[in-house]
Amino acid sequence: MLRVYMDANATTPLLPEVMEAMRPYWMEQFGNASSIHIHGQQAHRAVDRAREILAEFFNCHEAEVIFNSGGTEGDNTAVFGLLREGDHFVTTSIEHSAVLQAAERMVQRRVESTFVGPQPSGQIDPEAVRRAIRPETRLISVMLANNETGVLQPMEEIGKIAAEAGVFFHIDAVQGAGKVKFDVRRYGCHLLSISAHKMHGPKGVGAMFVRRGTPIEPLLVGGSHERRRRAGTENVPGIVGLGKAVEQAMESLEDGTIERVAGLRDRLEAGILELPGTRVNGGWDGDKRVPRTANTTNISFEQLEGEALVIALDLKGVAVSGGSACHSGSTEPSHVLMAMGLDKNAARASLRFSLMKTATGADVDYALKVVPEAVERLRALSPVAAGTLG
Amino acid sequence: MSEQTTIAVAMSGGVDSSTVAAMLAQEGKTVVGLTLQLWDQTRLAGRHGIPDAPKAGRCCSLDDVYDARRVAEHLGIPYYVVNQEERFERDVVRPFVDEYLAGRTPIPCSLCNNHLKFDQLLQTARSIGADQIATGHYAVNEWDAKRGRWILKRPVDQAKDQTYFLFGLTQEQLAHTLFPLGRLKKPEVREVARERGLKLAEKPDSQEICFIPGGDYKQFLTAYLEEQGEQMPETAGELVASSGEVLGRHDGISGFTVGQRKGLGVSSPSPLYVLQIDPASHRVTVGADEELATRTLRARRLNWISIPELTEPMRVRVKIRHRHEPAWATLEPAGSDEVLATFDEPQRAVTPGQSAVFYDGDEVVGGGWIL
Repeated sequence: MLRVYMDANATTPLLPEVMEAMRPYWMEQFGNASSIHIHGQQAHRAVDRAREILAEFFNCHEAEVIFNSGGTEGDNTAVFGLLREGDHFVTTSIEHSAVLQAAERMVQRRVESTFVGPQPSGQIDPEAVRRAIRPETRLISVMLANNETGVLQPMEEIGKIAAEAGVFFHIDAVQGAGKVKFDVRRYGCHLLSISAHKMHGPKGVGAMFVRRGTPIEPLLVGGSHERRRRAGTENVPGIVGLGKAVEQAMESLEDGTIERVAGLRDRLEAGILELPGTRVNGGWDGDKRVPRTANTTNISFEQLEGEALVIALDLKGVAVSGGSACHSGSTEPSHVLMAMGLDKNAARASLRFSLMKTATGADVDYALKVVPEAVERLRALSPVAAGTLG
Repeated sequence: MSEQTTIAVAMSGGVDSSTVAAMLAQEGKTVVGLTLQLWDQTRLAGRHGIPDAPKAGRCCSLDDVYDARRVAEHLGIPYYVVNQEERFERDVVRPFVDEYLAGRTPIPCSLCNNHLKFDQLLQTARSIGADQIATGHYAVNEWDAKRGRWILKRPVDQAKDQTYFLFGLTQEQLAHTLFPLGRLKKPEVREVARERGLKLAEKPDSQEICFIPGGDYKQFLTAYLEEQGEQMPETAGELVASSGEVLGRHDGISGFTVGQRKGLGVSSPSPLYVLQIDPASHRVTVGADEELATRTLRARRLNWISIPELTEPMRVRVKIRHRHEPAWATLEPAGSDEVLATFDEPQRAVTPGQSAVFYDGDEVVGGGWIL
């Protein structure tokens, strides 16, 4: 069976170049970057080289790059590392759970949070962020791109608002990194988190930009690694892989790859929208296009169980995702779509298609053959849908 | 890809359904494992003495989903968890609560079979492209060409017979369902599980109502109503003897079941049992054991399996609760969607809310809900 992977926002495979770059660091150059001897020096050099790439990617100084275990750690570090008792935290209701649940936990430390809701387009209104700021506000955290809709958030405007208010600003760039050009200086952020595996790097490794002088308390202590900001022996092969993946991502941002992926996504989206009772979630503000990452589209299929459609498509070789996975592995309606004003049923009836940068026209052709068949079968079985849709 | 039929196996994480998946996979069938996520076991945790951490070995506990997933991984079949919590609450939990509040004694497993395990599962199976479902129930279903009907029969292992809970199956559902365990005895099932290398071959059978952690239904009713922001209806009333003599008072009818002996709160020289619960007057009638016996019952919301409809009196054996030896009775139509069963010998504790299932030999004729 043909298998088409359209769930790149969940994770991506390593690029062969990344695999190759990592290869020597498992068995030959296995040293601990903290060691004095030659093995340690080899490892240290590899980590430094990756740091250099990341600094270029972020547009920051090398000393402002911290390697960590990925997006969740970055998000947690921003929240737990900056907020103190009595502080106020401004974030949005469409953030990743790594931010939302960290905020919930901060209630114990008497940190209040304000969750700014999105507009129906999926975009956060910067003015709503401004209005949420209080004298005790210490941190604002907003994502660069939403994982479910791909909608890009107005980073520069929020950065200005944070600067005017004298508030720290963290960007969760896990979904945006490698898909849109970014620049920590332009955004005016103090912290920014990325994860390797969303951009064809290895799982379990990520990085954070921490602007010089930002007083974060480390999450992990026990060594002087990463300038005492993140203890733990460096994941050298992982960091090398992240560096290579970022290098490749920077190329893709320049060489037309993003435009090509956008073209495929647009064709996929247009093809699916030919089915009755479908609409795109996010991306439109009235008849004005809202910027999205090139690879993502989130589509509602009126009166369908999204969960069943995900399974049906998987059994036909098309991998996509529905809401967010709940504890047991079944899905709960997406908190992002509900925050955008969709009701529970519409949120349940929504699927996310997210293309890899290696996606091909044949992938889209196959999806456009399989999706309508599955949707029609499901609709034929649904007593509600019968008669209301052609 | 060959267009072989795909079978969706309902996997609960127990030995029975895991073995069904293993057997069908072994036969080379295209098998997909499905677990219906029906109830969040942590939902009422901490309310009214309900334990914070749910025990393992219940349907929908995380451990069971984990076990089911491990079996699917072991067998190399695709596996999915499908969230049906809303439908389960609407079609099983809420009616369960309402029945108790109305002074009846519900059986959630039959409701769950009708609404979730068969209706919903079959719908989900079809929507993902499977044409048949298979479950780990101990029952046999066969096509009888002569009668032109699907017949549901008691299994080889009579001690595990689950046909009592399956009387609601429609012809359409039976036609698309496989019960691969119907011709095996439980020890043989465990043996097959061992042979297929299933680590849970020795896992104990589940017994209690899956969504009631700890098995205390009164505690569950209180906790559930509290969570819903509803008041427990005031149903305190008199406790009376069958002669009409008032013996005392009780706190609410939902605490009683016909045939119940313990916890009546009155003293008497001979043991007393609940005979009747009147939801209108809140009166609970108690009496001696022999007064529990009745010769007739009426049942409604019927489903017929081996016959299209009951048009004339029929000799059947009637089972009135899960652990009841079916008793001979004459069954006759009594108006629209209602039957009257007259037992040869009086039966003890016919309980409103339970189901009455009618057997002709090993065949399930049909069944209904006791009034």
